[in-house]
Amino acid sequence: MKRILVLLSLLVSLPALAEGHRAQVAYPADYKAECGSCHVPFPPSLLNKADWGRTMQGLDKHFGTDASLDAKTASSIGAWLKQHAGSRADVGSTPPRITTGAWFKREHREVPAASWKDPRIKSPANCAACHRGAEQGRFGEREIAIPGLGRNFDDD
Amino acid sequence: MKKIIPLLALLASPSLWAETPAQFIASYSAEAAKAQPGFTADAARGKAFASRNQGVSSALPSCTSCHTDNPRNPGRHAVTGKTIAPLSPVANAERFSDPAKVEKWFKRNCKEVVGRACTPAEKADFIAFANGGR
Repeated sequence: MKRILVLLSLLVSLPALAEGHRAQVAYPADYKAECGSCHVPFPPSLLNKADWGRTMQGLDKHFGTDASLDAKTASSIGAWLKQHAGSRADVGSTPPRITTGAWFKREHREVPAASWKDPRIKSPANCAACHRGAEQGRFGEREIAIPGLGRNFDDD
Repeated sequence: MKKIIPLLALLASPSLWAETPAQFIASYSAEAAKAQPGFTADAARGKAFASRNQGVSSALPSCTSCHTDNPRNPGRHAVTGKTIAPLSPVANAERFSDPAKVEKWFKRNCKEVVGRACTPAEKADFIAFANGGR
């Protein structure tokens, strides 16, 4: 019986695994305000603890901008990010760039090259261009609509 | 006396009590008038400032690179593509209602786009521009 339960629970969790990241966590207000103004607030599971540590250490040189925070805010956001960090390997760049990591590339391998050049998308960091629930941390396949391709996009 | 000094400092802080666009314009204008007696905020001057290529950042040359030249329209971050809520309080009631937020974004965006802190006169003009719009 125990085995069956384990199997059943695995089956139930498969759709979540297929989404490629952990279940959604609610974003704290300071995370949304400080890390969700210039880009969508990225799910903390997309980087591991060490990569989030590097990100927070280098906020004064954050992808060409000074995104420094006051010490108190930095400490609370940093702690929350590490608490909900993912377990994949380092993305391998400094500052850690989610969109050039192996996982991101694999998940998006079927996106046509032309779409990446579409001005409505502009940047791979612009999650919300295609992921309609990105602002709230939802990246389910049912909420994908690629500009110019719509929801007919075949994502297996 | 020791207690009075911090209180005076609070009162002197230019934007501390502002909660409406008009109050922000008034307090930055009062600050600007210390250096330029008779200063009054000017929306047209604010628009010219916002549209000017500041020559500091190639990705973000002017305020309007992200915010557009119509404050009532939503903007778009010129690097990430993220939608930015309109600058105009007419289209976005949250604008110019929180002094900490206003100062934070002036500090950050002026450093990045203008390459220095903005003056109280520039801030007053900018809000006058943002508060108008077509």
